[in-house]
Amino acid sequence: MSQKLVERLQQEFGSEILATSSQHGDETISVAPENLAKVVAHLRDREGCEQLSDVVGVDYPERSRRLEVNYLLRSWSNKNRVRVKVEVPVDEPVPSLTGLYKSANWHEREVYDLFGVSFSGHPDLRRILTHHEFEGHPLRKDYEIEQGQECSRPENLFSDEDISRAAQRASDLVADLSGVEDEIHPSDLLTVNLGPSHPATHGALRVECLLDGETIIESRAEIGYLHRCFEKEAEDHTWAEVMPYTDRLNYCSAMLNNCIYAGAVEKMLAVEVTPRTRVIRVIVSELARIIDHLVCVCANLVDVGALTNYWYLYNIRESIYECLEALCGSRLTSNYARIGGMSHDLYEGFEDEIRVKMDQLKQGHDDVMKLIARNRIFLDRTVDVCVINTEEALSWGYTGPCLRATGLAVDLRKDAPYLGYEEYDFDIPTGVNGDTHDRIMVRMSEMIQSRSIVLQALEKLTEGPLWIDNPAIVMPPKQNVYGSIEGVMNQFKLVSEGIQVPAGEGYGFGEGANGELGFFCVSDGGGRPYRVKVRPPCFPIFSSFARLIQGRMIPDAIATLGSINIIAGELDR
Amino acid sequence: MGVDLDSPSNFMTTRLRQAVNWGRKYSLWPLPFGTACCAIEFMSAAASYHDISRYGAELVRFSPRQSDLMIIAGTISYKQASILKTIYSQMAEPKWVIAMGACASTGGFYNNYGTLQGADKVVPVDVYVAGCPPTPENLFFALTQIQEKVEKEGLEPSKVRHAARTQAQG
Ligand code: SF4
Repeated sequence: MSQKLVERLQQEFGSEILATSSQHGDETISVAPENLAKVVAHLRDREGCEQLSDVVGVDYPERSRRLEVNYLLRSWSNKNRVRVKVEVPVDEPVPSLTGLYKSANWHEREVYDLFGVSFSGHPDLRRILTHHEFEGHPLRKDYEIEQGQECSRPENLFSDEDISRAAQRASDLVADLSGVEDEIHPSDLLTVNLGPSHPATHGALRVECLLDGETIIESRAEIGYLHRCFEKEAEDHTWAEVMPYTDRLNYCSAMLNNCIYAGAVEKMLAVEVTPRTRVIRVIVSELARIIDHLVCVCANLVDVGALTNYWYLYNIRESIYECLEALCGSRLTSNYARIGGMSHDLYEGFEDEIRVKMDQLKQGHDDVMKLIARNRIFLDRTVDVCVINTEEALSWGYTGPCLRATGLAVDLRKDAPYLGYEEYDFDIPTGVNGDTHDRIMVRMSEMIQSRSIVLQALEKLTEGPLWIDNPAIVMPPKQNVYGSIEGVMNQFKLVSEGIQVPAGEGYGFGEGANGELGFFCVSDGGGRPYRVKVRPPCFPIFSSFARLIQGRMIPDAIATLGSINIIAGELDR
Repeated sequence: MGVDLDSPSNFMTTRLRQAVNWGRKYSLWPLPFGTACCAIEFMSAAASYHDISRYGAELVRFSPRQSDLMIIAGTISYKQASILKTIYSQMAEPKWVIAMGACASTGGFYNNYGTLQGADKVVPVDVYVAGCPPTPENLFFALTQIQEKVEKEGLEPSKVRHAARTQAQG
């Protein structure tokens, strides 16, 4: 399907398409920077690519056009994907795509911050993950990983001019609404900081709001407080050693990150895991999704004042954690999947325990629904609050529950099945309005769907090997390590040099708890990644936060922040 | 506390210290400075299953001015460091600090351009908790250690205590 798309593009643009390639099922076209906007606009308007999923920079110091920028485009309607690539020398700008996709704004800021690519026409090209006093571009290959830079004070997000402009806007708003000319002076606006250390932000992030009375006239979000340099760390470790770092991206659903990362590397290696491993991955992924939704919903309900639900939902989570801890030795940071298999098999009695937990889940879900479904306070706080429609949500890069809440039934488990998801029978819950209420309810229903998938998967579990049969990827059994020189050598090479991944690029992705979680991997043929870029689902969603809460009140902002489930670990990486 | 340290009655001071510390020990008001994964485990510790209120420390306050125990749960980045310092300085005396988890203690397995190598680079830490993340039980152990500390401590403000400790360490 994508291949035909590339052919059509070649017909349309002829020699302006500089090169095409097809690897690991990903189609890529290269264009010159000056043609980028034209080609991407064509893709959006004629080929149905509604979404710019991610923008990925890569640095090749030995090339004259050193910096490479990859645009990952997705069409949900045609179930298509395509990657557009441009290469530029360090001092040459790339035209910004902010006019085409709203999600481009933050993605381009990130590439600017980490690689120093400047985007011409970008409305607000500032650093985003590192701090405002930072110098240099840390993901360039010549930046030393341990070269930390201190930050003496937080950045001021609004200049005096911004505040005057906002005051003007507030005056116009009042005039429009009430017909009364009432000039609002900049000093009438109150600046309120939500975060970076605030209980309702559920992590380290900051939103600075300008208030007129209780109405948010304008706000700006600042992130990067938990930038732990996942991508730089990945380049410093072997492919297998990256696994524990993936736990800490979205730490509420670590198993999901593990499985999707393992899947991405397996894609680069062109290997398929065994049937048993596939089913185990489905089980743990869905359990992780359930836990993620539980934490998100219960924290969200606390934010709107419904504390009881926190105890109800959190206890189920604790109960499922008992099984996960027995399974992998850790509650939160599981580190369970491996490239080519799983770290170890299910323990005896796992299936029965999980069945019991799934009953508890149903019970807890029903209890909470009874408490909130017709609860007046809950409905008043969430219905019609911070609405976003499908078209806009796509442009902002929404995926997952937040996109489904707008009424669009898309899910990568259905639209691009992996791990055999096509064999499971489940529905895609959707909302109607795209408001906070829908976002919460979609998550509630998804837990029940995930429960059904887990129960089906338990039935599908068959005996069989866990690991693929490939000594270049899989560690030898311990008796071989101690008993034969080949075994020792094999182990030694895998540990010290790492799994050798063939040179190339690939994008492995799956349906994370918050939406599309992807790993864009570049290998130079060695044991360490040349580049791993995470496509974190909540990053583009959070970029729309200022738009969501504009004109609303602070309590609405709090209720909404919980419902879009921002996890700082994957937001800032 | 309104304790008059200049009181001529030494006898009363000793008794008072015991009484005050006994009270303080079982009514710590924690401020969770949660930034990352460890904060989720702090949530577990506070939830009904593990129930931090068994140690008298369930009154979680997000205002630094109302709390006396800061629990640093999570990675501190350079961007976050100055904020941590500000919030610590806003807490009223006497105050204690737990560094929960590998990251808060030493930077954990993040040794890179963004991560502060331990919260003790910016604020004085009383108890370090191992683990990535520590289990709620680990955190409770740290809490009981803080309680022991509180019990033995004088009524001087923590600035004086820390100065004395630094001096003792040479
Ligand atoms: S110590 Fe581990 S669990 Fe805690 S914040 Fe650091 S990485 Fe996360």
